[in-house]
Amino acid sequence: MPSQSRRNPAPRVGSGSLVRCLLMNATIIRNGRIIDPANGRDEVGDLLIVDAAIADLSQLSSVNSPPNEIDARGLIVAPGLIDIHVHLREPGFAWKETIATGALAAAAGGFTTVVCMPNTSPAADSASTVTWIKDRARDTACVHVLPAGAISKNLAGEELAPIASLAHSGVVAITDDGHCIQNHELMRRAVEYARMVGLPVLDHCQDYHLVGNGVVNEGEWSTLLGLPGWPAAGEEAIVMRNILLAELCQHHIHCQHISSAGSVRLIREARARGVKISGEVCPHHLALTDASIETFDPKFKMNPPLRSERDIEALVDGIADGTLSILCSDHAPHAAFEKEVEFDKAPFGIIGLETELGLFIDILVHKRRAISIRRLVEMFTVEPARLLNLDAGTLSLGAKADVTLLDPDMEWTVDTNLFRSLSHNTPFSGWKLRGRAVRTIVAGETVFAL
Amino acid sequence: MTTRWNRKDLLGLRELSAGEINLVLETADAFKQVGTREIKKVPALRGKTLVNFFVEPSTRTRTSFELAALRLSADIINISAEASSLTKGETLKDTARNLEALHADILVIRHSSAGAPQFLAERVSSSVINAGDGAHEHPTQGLLDVYTIRERRGRIEGLNVAIVGDILFSRVARSNIFALTKLGARVTLVGPSTLVPREFEKFGVTVSHDLESVLPQADVVNLLRIQHERQRNEYFPGLGEYIRLFGLTRERAKLLKPDCLIMHPGPINRGVEIDSELADGAQSVILDQVTNGLAVRMAVLYLCGGIAA
Repeated sequence: MPSQSRRNPAPRVGSGSLVRCLLMNATIIRNGRIIDPANGRDEVGDLLIVDAAIADLSQLSSVNSPPNEIDARGLIVAPGLIDIHVHLREPGFAWKETIATGALAAAAGGFTTVVCMPNTSPAADSASTVTWIKDRARDTACVHVLPAGAISKNLAGEELAPIASLAHSGVVAITDDGHCIQNHELMRRAVEYARMVGLPVLDHCQDYHLVGNGVVNEGEWSTLLGLPGWPAAGEEAIVMRNILLAELCQHHIHCQHISSAGSVRLIREARARGVKISGEVCPHHLALTDASIETFDPKFKMNPPLRSERDIEALVDGIADGTLSILCSDHAPHAAFEKEVEFDKAPFGIIGLETELGLFIDILVHKRRAISIRRLVEMFTVEPARLLNLDAGTLSLGAKADVTLLDPDMEWTVDTNLFRSLSHNTPFSGWKLRGRAVRTIVAGETVFAL
Repeated sequence: MTTRWNRKDLLGLRELSAGEINLVLETADAFKQVGTREIKKVPALRGKTLVNFFVEPSTRTRTSFELAALRLSADIINISAEASSLTKGETLKDTARNLEALHADILVIRHSSAGAPQFLAERVSSSVINAGDGAHEHPTQGLLDVYTIRERRGRIEGLNVAIVGDILFSRVARSNIFALTKLGARVTLVGPSTLVPREFEKFGVTVSHDLESVLPQADVVNLLRIQHERQRNEYFPGLGEYIRLFGLTRERAKLLKPDCLIMHPGPINRGVEIDSELADGAQSVILDQVTNGLAVRMAVLYLCGGIAA
């Protein structure tokens, strides 16, 4: 995270109140609809930020210089949003994205905190690489970048990574995302060990044998087009495995990018029994079906693949009833020359940070009316903060002043020319969406404003 | 003939109308005559350059396209996967743009990736002809198959056509399904449940796993090659069991109507999908398929090459 103390060393001169008053830096956000689910707050009012922290409005009188004023009339004032699933590609793949450009994209999308996946080169499977990522983020990122560590060495699924060292170096979770540990016994030990060090386990659910060389949803379209199918059962088998291991190890397992109706049903049933299992949804799995692959355009190739309308409806139902508690992007940048190849040879994944909020608001709040905007804010703040034990996602007094201003009704058109991300691999170019972030504030400083 | 040809490319038969398919067949009728003449050459594509770009190995199809182009007086370059820069890491897009920079008018592409011809067609102004892409389509094979059936039986509509074998991984099966159903044939797919998924019934065909119940009604039996390389994935327990259930043996052939045509896109595994004697027997039209392939490919090159002019 950008450390305030590092950037602006605390003044050594005096400790008198006069000096302190002069150094106060205040911002007041006026007349917005403040939604702070952590505190059960949803009301129109003013929000005061003093010295990078949320302050009581009564402190306004003690600020001697006039505060920065932000007019938030008609806007939602939310805690800074959190995306727990992004790929920032550093170290190792800086031509796709850097921590700096990924953070800019996050800010433009309304996110003040992102959790970056460990499939870098080298993989984030050692304290030294995690430290490198944290240093790089501190020096170059305009939002908080929190690394996730690997479960297995080099994400190979064979030997455990030094999970306690990773915890000590500051990872917020472990995952082999992009890969999936196939050996259930090894996964069991990883979950047990993670419980000891207090780290949540995130899992990319994919049975390698069932999925084989599949690149698209197995079904009508894979059959028609002759593309290798990726059956939903390949995800569901590992979701089921994770449910069993969460019960066995009494530790939380979070299933990443859930795509199938069967997975939703399994997670719903397990949660009803009190199993520590959860799931997340990416916007593309709600916005598109596998019919999109008809033109063989690799912009529609992601892992897990786009599925059917029936799966979309199950995902929406799962979000509506709380079975799926996390929304995220799986932001996966790839350079054009890498992505613009034969469909089966193209890498999986699309970018998402700058379109995710618009897609989720448009689909979940406006079009399908599955959740309220208040619940959507909760799913981007309280839910991820709780899952990963983050000190974020609230506008409580004294909390770090990470704030996102949303216009849930603004109509806008996705224009890749305006993207901050280094890569432009999105299928949503030209889409008209309703709802977006208009200002992003990290530790009291505006890092993005429309 | 009221249908007009307005396509630069031939990528698959799924997007073609029945009228367009018939137009190709009728054009092929005219070109078939050329093959019987003393001088087997016409100037239809004189001055045009055709590139046979075969990223996946093929002898039969490549030779057929080459001969078709020669008979149309086109200039031809053959590029195989080993000879192309693809092995040096060049992307398909760059290779295609380089070929186009040489003013190639027609690109005939064979590729292991489904969709590769469409990928090219969207990026170059040359005509792109799909000579087989992964498990997707092999449109000229589908056309020469319906041409051969039409030639022997005088029609397609109302015929019962059985396609037997590895349907799941077969581009020939897909192109045949699209052409035959558009022209009004009743198509039955026969093979093991692992290679003939029920999903295919959504495309207007019948799925069967019982060859002997299908053969007596069949007007055409098209036997697809069993691809040995697929067996590593255990799609069926072995060739012995495959032959027992789905091989066209002499005994099973007795169930066929006397005028039922036996087809095979080649290359044949004699003694596997078809008994050796049947492949050479009176009902077999396997070599007619090869001869007709030439006329059909001349028609396709002429129609698409003419559009690109």
